[in-house]
Amino acid sequence: MGFDVGYLTNNFSEVWALLLQHLQMTGLALLVAIALAVPIALLISRFRWLGLPIMGTLGILYTIPSLALIIFLVPLFGLNATSVVVAMVIYTQVILVRNLTVGLNSINPAVIEAARGMGMTAWQRWWRVQVPLVLPVFVAGVRIATIVSIAIATIGAKFNAGGLGKLLFDGIQTNRYDKIWAGSITVALLAFALNALLLWLEKQSNPLRRVKLS
Amino acid sequence: MSIIQFDQVSLRFPRAPRPAVDRVTCQISAGELVVILGPSGCGKTTLLKMVNRLYEPTGGAIYLGGTNIRQLKATKLRQQIGYVIQQSGLFPHMTVADNIAVVPKLLGWSKPQIQMRIDELLHLVRLPPAEYRHRYPAQLSGGQQQRVGIARALAGDPATLLMDEPFGAIDAITRTALLDEILRLQRQLQKTILFVSHDVEEALRLADRIIVMREGQIVQFDTPFKLLTQPADSFVYSLLGADDMVRQLGLLRVSSAMIGLPADYTNGNKPSLSADDSLRDALSLILKTGAQELSVVQDGQPVGLLTLDHIRESALVGDGV
Repeated sequence: MGFDVGYLTNNFSEVWALLLQHLQMTGLALLVAIALAVPIALLISRFRWLGLPIMGTLGILYTIPSLALIIFLVPLFGLNATSVVVAMVIYTQVILVRNLTVGLNSINPAVIEAARGMGMTAWQRWWRVQVPLVLPVFVAGVRIATIVSIAIATIGAKFNAGGLGKLLFDGIQTNRYDKIWAGSITVALLAFALNALLLWLEKQSNPLRRVKLS
Repeated sequence: MSIIQFDQVSLRFPRAPRPAVDRVTCQISAGELVVILGPSGCGKTTLLKMVNRLYEPTGGAIYLGGTNIRQLKATKLRQQIGYVIQQSGLFPHMTVADNIAVVPKLLGWSKPQIQMRIDELLHLVRLPPAEYRHRYPAQLSGGQQQRVGIARALAGDPATLLMDEPFGAIDAITRTALLDEILRLQRQLQKTILFVSHDVEEALRLADRIIVMREGQIVQFDTPFKLLTQPADSFVYSLLGADDMVRQLGLLRVSSAMIGLPADYTNGNKPSLSADDSLRDALSLILKTGAQELSVVQDGQPVGLLTLDHIRESALVGDGV
């Protein structure tokens, strides 16, 4: 029952493989989630009336417990990693879309008008003005979504998706505390590491990071 | 050339009860500074924003230098027109230098050319480049931000400048200084400037001519002096505060009210002032010195006499100059 890292050190290659699996699921889910969230947020910022129904629906989905949500998805996508990844995408939508929408709406309209009045095309306004201004808020959203995804991926082991959760569930079933330790330590380290990385990116993406505001 | 012509220009927004701009026809000459003045909702900003096609008219046509602006690509047109807006609209993620470089970059200037232009413009708006080049807008005061906003608008060396209440959010002292800057820049650069304002003092101070608007229509388009002395109707009269005699005197020149030197002229230590001074200055001098008569000098030579009666007549009739 006490602290035991024996399993982790003795079976490092197995844990490493599970870690990579975990990362793969998280990464794939985030890529799909971002690819969905950007156009949705753009739609909302252009057509304000879409905000309420879309954010409402995503909010409701977010309240469904992850275990239940994955169970709903199994008949559709099978008892495998796909169901888990889809659940992660659905969960992270509300976070990403909300952050992006808030970020886009917080840009001073005078700045956009100036960009238009100076003769930038829509494409130039997007890449030279909107993207850099929204980036810090967006990266903050990605960071939270990443943490949520890591947590859901852990439950994924129950659904035959692999990942570090496998160590936890195996450990609980066979009463192997060393396995539980190995799984929980690795998941925690992964979450901490990605959080730190994204926090750093968040600071880097802020154009005012170099200056002290008086 | 940079003549701006409005030909029966109208704009009715969807579901609006009346047009925001209603059959406006007028012509702004090259190198002229014209202020569009009127109460909020009179269509002044809408009229301005049609010139760089941020709004498209629903009727009529606008010509810039003889070309119908609809024949140009909107982005190309805008790159040729400087645009200054309220609260500066500077890009907060770019340094002062990068903000100024936006239009030159869009125009495809070379890097050294752009760098030279940035320094030149910062000198022009009196922000030493060494100190301000690398600052971010958040590190500037409101007045400094608007100076950068003006430098940015001038960056592509446009012949035409549109200014939409650029000093609306700036304190009175800074604003006065900026208005003087605009006049100085205008003397130096001779741009065609269309300037939207709801502030009468600002308009009178800046404008070569003023377009007075009301409910989408031009009520009067004239020089400040004519607007004060011959207002088209009671709306213009009350908008400009034409009953404010002191203000009116401030716009009239001594030369418009003085009489020629009488044959028996002797100086006799009369206080003197220049023919280019305003009648307000003259009144002030009379009140200060208690003199009955002022002698008017030009290039060091006496050219006329001015008494309190002359000032009073001029204020009542207002047909000098």
